[in-house]
Amino acid sequence: MLDQTDSYQTADGRTIGPVVMEMKNITLRFGGVEAIKDISFDIREGEIRAIIGPNGAGKSSMLNVISGFYVPQEGEVWYKGSRRPAMKPFQVARQGIARTFQNIALFEGMTVLDNVMTGRLTHMETGLFAQSLWKGKAEAEEIANREVAEKIIDFLEIQAIRKTPVARLPYGLKKRVELARALAAEPTILLLDEPMAGMNVEEKEDMSRFILDVNDEFGTTIALIEHDMGVVMDLSDRVVVMDYGKKIGDGTPDEVRNNQEVIDAYLGVAHD
Amino acid sequence: MAKPLTRADGPASVPALLHRNAEQFADAPAYREKEFGIWQSWTWSQTRDEVEALALGLLNLGVNEGDFIAIIGRNRPYLYWAMVAAEMVGAVPVPLYQDANAEEMAYVLDHCGARFVIVGDQEQVDKVIEVQEDLHQFEHLIYLDPRGLRKYDHTTLHQYSHVQDQGRAARDEFIKELEARQAKLDYDSTGVMLYTSGTTGKPKGVVLSNRNIIETAKSSSAFDGLRQTDDILAYLPMAWVGDFIFSVGQAMWTGFCTNCPESADTMHVDLREIGPTYYFAPPRVFETQLTNVMIRMEDAGRFKKWLFDHFMAHARKVGPDILDGRNVSQMDRFKYNLGEFFVYGPLKNTLGFSRVRVGYTAGEAIGPEIFDFYRSLGINLKQLYGQTEATVFITAQPDGEVRSDTVGVTCPGVELKIADNGEVFYRSPGVFVEYYKNPESTADTKDAEGWVATGDAGFIEEDTGHLRIIDRAKDVGQMANGSLFAPKYVENKLKFFPNILEAVVFGSGREQCTAFINIDLTAVGNWAERNNIGYASYQELAQHPQVLATVKSHVEEVNASVAQDEMLSGCQVHRFVVLHKELDADDGELTRTRKVRRRIIEDKYSDIINALYDGSDEVSTTTEVTYEDGRKGSISATLTICDAAVSVVAAKMAAQ
Repeated sequence: MLDQTDSYQTADGRTIGPVVMEMKNITLRFGGVEAIKDISFDIREGEIRAIIGPNGAGKSSMLNVISGFYVPQEGEVWYKGSRRPAMKPFQVARQGIARTFQNIALFEGMTVLDNVMTGRLTHMETGLFAQSLWKGKAEAEEIANREVAEKIIDFLEIQAIRKTPVARLPYGLKKRVELARALAAEPTILLLDEPMAGMNVEEKEDMSRFILDVNDEFGTTIALIEHDMGVVMDLSDRVVVMDYGKKIGDGTPDEVRNNQEVIDAYLGVAHD
Repeated sequence: MAKPLTRADGPASVPALLHRNAEQFADAPAYREKEFGIWQSWTWSQTRDEVEALALGLLNLGVNEGDFIAIIGRNRPYLYWAMVAAEMVGAVPVPLYQDANAEEMAYVLDHCGARFVIVGDQEQVDKVIEVQEDLHQFEHLIYLDPRGLRKYDHTTLHQYSHVQDQGRAARDEFIKELEARQAKLDYDSTGVMLYTSGTTGKPKGVVLSNRNIIETAKSSSAFDGLRQTDDILAYLPMAWVGDFIFSVGQAMWTGFCTNCPESADTMHVDLREIGPTYYFAPPRVFETQLTNVMIRMEDAGRFKKWLFDHFMAHARKVGPDILDGRNVSQMDRFKYNLGEFFVYGPLKNTLGFSRVRVGYTAGEAIGPEIFDFYRSLGINLKQLYGQTEATVFITAQPDGEVRSDTVGVTCPGVELKIADNGEVFYRSPGVFVEYYKNPESTADTKDAEGWVATGDAGFIEEDTGHLRIIDRAKDVGQMANGSLFAPKYVENKLKFFPNILEAVVFGSGREQCTAFINIDLTAVGNWAERNNIGYASYQELAQHPQVLATVKSHVEEVNASVAQDEMLSGCQVHRFVVLHKELDADDGELTRTRKVRRRIIEDKYSDIINALYDGSDEVSTTTEVTYEDGRKGSISATLTICDAAVSVVAAKMAAQ
């Protein structure tokens, strides 16, 4: 077993660093419903970590715990070596955790560029007053932030829709814009909630490419939830499998694939 | 530094032109590229520094004189510099089509024996790596955009900027060598090698000397009065001779600025931002733009639509005359100015044509309606006729003598003659040196006196001296009854309808003509939307009865027009089929420059052609398709075969 602080090389030459986030015995209840039951796992620096499971397994709840949207009744979240107190999502975002949403949450009336710029919010220091005057420091800051936004637009190849209002875009592109906004925050950990949902094969291939490139180019740690098993197995370094709020498997794609409990959960078990 | 060899009347090589420009126009913009949302620009003196750094870096990597350096990627200043840098070190730049698949790329790389390949991004790197096993001479691969390439084995792979950095660092060591190599370049040394797109058979490498490039650039720039302050947008494939002459030849000669778009998708926005003064586009681009304008006008409000229709009608009436400087009444002129304010000006601005002083179209025939539309707006759109072997220019239309049915008069320095079979021959300073490693084809195309066969059939109008092209000479044939068969002539007429994207006419040696039709998905799709016609796929839309009826009416209209021409009246289309897939270069049905490959289509769709001639009403067929990444699949469909009415031949009517 690897230690918390160990790092190792993957077969394709990437370095996976020490544990950056650890979930310890998380339990989350909504009234009487236990969405997550006593789950522990960790996320290492630079890895692509997938959370999979059938519908209602508690995957999105788990992501919401990581992003600070839900506060678990039991258990601890450890981030960068210290225990994270209960926080509001914006405080979590400031710590370097950015996310995308399953059902896209962009500002529909704003252009792609403006949407991406909102991702820079956590990096802005000048106040509302200075920004409305747009002089001196505020101007310099906007220029610097615009540069970061433009690099991401270039990276995700959405230059052609830079000035297009988001409402006019097709679904697949909106997903990409959302990824761009999350990336604009230059996160330590990027949370992707079903990045491939509702896409056709070609769009899925594109998105997979972008996810791998982001991880490779920026060294961003990625935690993603996904339904499409093929995609997950190809993309991720390690996979957590959930079923009915419990963790039933954790390991490399190969280990998970051969895990009997996982097979049962996905394919069903014969009752005789 | 030692001056490269200069002739009495000017620099004798492309690098020499660069040095001249770097001194003469030092601070004027030479190249611009939109990146990260901003137009980045380089002056002529900066350009020289960049090119020189790359050239030194290439020397550092061990480029020998006479080596071939392949260049593959979308239009970017860095790749244009690579071409000049290659020539600086005495090597030969060979630009390749970036959308070529690995197989096609392997053929060209192997044929020229490229030791170095300079590419744009990971996609091209992957293609080269895929085929490198079979390339014996290949040694180093240089890439521009490092994205996704970090994990690749870098023993023979280099980043463009690193090559430049190493060149700068080793400047003292190599600068003498670089100067010596440049000094050897003269009018007869090879400037570039361009591969023809290969309508028939394998592509051929056309070797062009500095003489070809510079003489052509000089005379064509003078012909249209190009200036140092002009701007062009470089968006057509770098492997195409036209782009080379506009973006390198003429740009270097006159010192104007070459602007590269951010990506292929942003081309129209970038076009509008730059507002080029000198613009080139194949007819297809103008057609697409016109179709888009018309579609948007269909959706516009009633008042706007009325304004547009009213003033466009006026423009069609007097616009071309005003452009050609002919007499137009004061009232008409006033109304035209009003139209300029309300319609033409804003429209030209939207299209990015506000500043166009010289515009060209070539490569295919352009529909008269399309041509007139742009000219009536006051855009000086002209036609030219040329080919790779001529370093582009054979004929062009001078200002004031522009018509849609000719390709103009001979360019300065060009001589023309028409052979007995109607084939056009030319001789000029731009005539290519040879086909690389192919003396047979060279001898077939170019005779001892320097006359080159174009492969096109045409004639010179006696009263105006303008050249008119009928068709490819080898495609012109005879029908069973002995009448002339010129498929392109009919196909062009068909393609002038916005609904028809592509057409292929058959009939050589047969009793009657038949045709394949490709619908234009943009135009027909929009029509379907406006008329509440549902369709799930291209295939379904193509076979919709109302679409077939529309296409039928187009075919019949063309038949009526073909019947007017006594010589070609036999070419009326009797039966046609609307194809279930678009003809595609990836399937080998079109060349990369989108010209129809007849023989391949005849083989591939022989079952459909048989059905066209055996009188059946429909045909079931399965077609293999190749996807962009090289995978293959197949689509099957049942196609309806339609009959079209033919018109009575004009000559007979006249005789009655």
